[in-house]
Amino acid sequence: MTEFNWGHWILFSLLILISVLTVVMGFIWYERRVLARMQARLGPNRAGPFGLLQPVADVLKVLLKEDIVPTQADKIVHLLAPIVALVPALMIFVVIPFQNGGSLADLNVGVLYVIAVGSVSTLGIFMAGWASNNKYTLISAMRDVAAVISYEIPLVLSLVGVMLLTGSQSLNEIVKFQAIPLILTQPLGFLIFFIASLAEINRTPFDLMEADSEIIAGFHTEYSGMKFALFYLMEYAETLAMSALVATFFLGGWRGPLLPGWLWLLGKVVLVFFVIMWIRAVLPRVRIDQLMSFAWKFLFPLALLNLAVTAVEVILWPDATALLIPVNIVIAVVLVVLFARNFKLGWGRVGV
Amino acid sequence: MTLALSGEDLAAKLGPKFPESVIKTAKDSVLVKTGDLLAVASFLKSEPGFEFDFLCSITGVDYKEYFELVYQLTSIKNNQSLVVKAQCRDRENPVMPSLTGLWQGADFQEREIFDLLGIKFEGHPSLTRIFLWDGFKGFPLRKDFTDGT
Amino acid sequence: MVLKTEQYVLNIGPLHPSTHGVFRLRATLDGEVIVELEPVFGYLHRGLEKLGESYTYKQSICLTDRLDYLASMSNNFGYVLAVEKLAGIAVPERADVLRVVFAELQRIVSHLVALGAFVNDCGAFQTPILYMFREREKILDLFEMCSGQRLTYNYMRFGGLSQDVPEEFMPALRKFIAEMDAHIDEYDRLVSMNEIFLARTRGVGILTAEKAINISASGPVLRGSGVKWDLRKADPYSVYSRYEFDIPTGTVGDCYDRYQVRLQEMRQSVRIVRQAIEKLPEGPVTTKVSLNLKPPAGEAYAHVEAPKGELGFYLVSDGTDRPYRWHVRAPSLMNLTALRDLCIGWKIADAIVIFGSIDITMGEVDR
Repeated sequence: MTEFNWGHWILFSLLILISVLTVVMGFIWYERRVLARMQARLGPNRAGPFGLLQPVADVLKVLLKEDIVPTQADKIVHLLAPIVALVPALMIFVVIPFQNGGSLADLNVGVLYVIAVGSVSTLGIFMAGWASNNKYTLISAMRDVAAVISYEIPLVLSLVGVMLLTGSQSLNEIVKFQAIPLILTQPLGFLIFFIASLAEINRTPFDLMEADSEIIAGFHTEYSGMKFALFYLMEYAETLAMSALVATFFLGGWRGPLLPGWLWLLGKVVLVFFVIMWIRAVLPRVRIDQLMSFAWKFLFPLALLNLAVTAVEVILWPDATALLIPVNIVIAVVLVVLFARNFKLGWGRVGV
Repeated sequence: MTLALSGEDLAAKLGPKFPESVIKTAKDSVLVKTGDLLAVASFLKSEPGFEFDFLCSITGVDYKEYFELVYQLTSIKNNQSLVVKAQCRDRENPVMPSLTGLWQGADFQEREIFDLLGIKFEGHPSLTRIFLWDGFKGFPLRKDFTDGT
Repeated sequence: MVLKTEQYVLNIGPLHPSTHGVFRLRATLDGEVIVELEPVFGYLHRGLEKLGESYTYKQSICLTDRLDYLASMSNNFGYVLAVEKLAGIAVPERADVLRVVFAELQRIVSHLVALGAFVNDCGAFQTPILYMFREREKILDLFEMCSGQRLTYNYMRFGGLSQDVPEEFMPALRKFIAEMDAHIDEYDRLVSMNEIFLARTRGVGILTAEKAINISASGPVLRGSGVKWDLRKADPYSVYSRYEFDIPTGTVGDCYDRYQVRLQEMRQSVRIVRQAIEKLPEGPVTTKVSLNLKPPAGEAYAHVEAPKGELGFYLVSDGTDRPYRWHVRAPSLMNLTALRDLCIGWKIADAIVIFGSIDITMGEVDR
């Protein structure tokens, strides 16, 4: 057994914590300004130049607020919930490579680790919903559990396609494989992973869990002060984590000429985040039964088909990755169009 | 242009079916006996040539000796309108028949009249106060209402 | 093995981001499915009808502003028509045409708010509502030029308006009308064919035509169910009979139809205003009416097609300068009669969408 490298561990832990928190604050600013521009208004521009200190002001304000706990709430669970929700989101960054070999722990079961750890946040959300002793939060928690369970499967299946092609679960190996970014050779996998990850992180169009117009604020209705700040950070940290995963699995992670690897990763993460934000500005949200119907009847069969096609390709052409691009794109387009024609959400149907 | 049936006209048309019901006619309204109100309303709603299927509004007015309910009806099919009135002379315990069986739109309006004027409607599915809270004493829109100050 | 479940009661409101004012729905839920729904009103009851009996006729004009505070011009319009019918006051032509212009502009404003809030309730995080509010600001600027107010205008008087429009009004109005059609197309393009929006609103909350007539629904709720009944055509008041416009109706009576009816009505309103300002007659806009108006004893009922439906005023006069009875026929209250039947069997999310599509203002419901 190799000597445990304390220095490496401490350095990277600090690096991850600081950079994640900084980038999360940057994302909060970025989202508010860009969303505002899409909505024909300005966005925060008072606190600091271009409103750059706005997230700092927000965090300070939230930290100074009184911590209110409902009398009938389950106090221990109420306290633990934000922690259980936030820490797993940070733990995903352990395996994401910032450079060639530059991650806290380059696990050779990286994908398994990511999937396992990523789902634990939901437990924190459910704890928050239950412990608040509030019917609205309970509804929100139930919706969240149903959504995450439904979308976990297409998420995992699309990653299996990636693993088949690259032949490894280590994220660093996956990035090293991507001389051609996997978005081109696994277009269907990319789409499924992207949409399923939107549902995992409770973003529009799947943001029923904190649907402002129905259940007030969802699972964090009864939270204030530092605990609310942790939930707020958790939401953006999860978004950042999912963007980083998309960038690593499908866009080539730290690969790129000239600039250092972590800069390329940051650029790709910002690009993915921009698309996620764009979707938020534009789409309305779905209903819970439509959400589950979409996962089970649309994404799940597509993911299975994607897996089958990828498996066949790996057997037939194990080395000719470039050939897969046009073939896979055509298959993806055909399948999506076929499914979309026969699948309709809503239109008066109640129930899945 | 909506043809507003005049009082005389309406009384003449109601005459054959309801000879005793019409008490008084005014320029544009007809006053019917409270007991016959339900039958007259039902006739106005279903009889071809009338077909007053749209209940515009119900107003309750407190003339000091009696309460008067004013029903504005419209026929969308024939584009006509008319006004039917009914009176209630009992101030202690006023009771009137409810028209919710014919027009569901009467539901909230009758509850409002019960809430503000105190007139009970027989046959209403759930006659409770609508604007004021359940423990409120008195009926504010009555002319003799005082709140104790 | 049958899982034991329990129904629970959830209070949606009165303080809630989506209940368009202080409105409370006591919902009995089985999971997320609504089993029983009881609307509770009265949180904004100000006793306006009793107040109307103690104010003079002219003082009550400012009471009418606060009924449907998002469409004050229409409320004023209905009330002054009722008093003019009671007291037999004639209106000069220029005032009549200007009243129609303001009423139609008010209809556009009210529908912009209604549609924006409706799409917001479906979850489109405020982008469409902000685009619609951009146009609403332009109309509110026009109103502020004339009456000095942005929300409760208090602009119409018995026998005309309170004062004539200033010089800068007509050029600004022409400029606005020229560009409004393009904006309505923009909203249509952005929202109407969105797959998720259709999934949320198509087939949800179907109100059949017979039921709509039976519950005394009026306005876009009635027309969305396919009944072609609009007071501006059926019983024209003021100078509406001069102008050419269509009445959009729906087919099925679901939330999407009501949304489309309101969108098309905005187009028709722009059409009416365009025709009206082409030939605006000159002349006075006020009539000399005594401050202490004492109409002859009698009663009058006048109704207008407000943006929310048929707004009626029933006045009884006993010859003094204060009304004996001052009653408002509120369209929002009638339209709400169907809410319970429309929502049972659907989910909470649908109840919010259906409620948004009926489009009410609590000021009118509670008075």
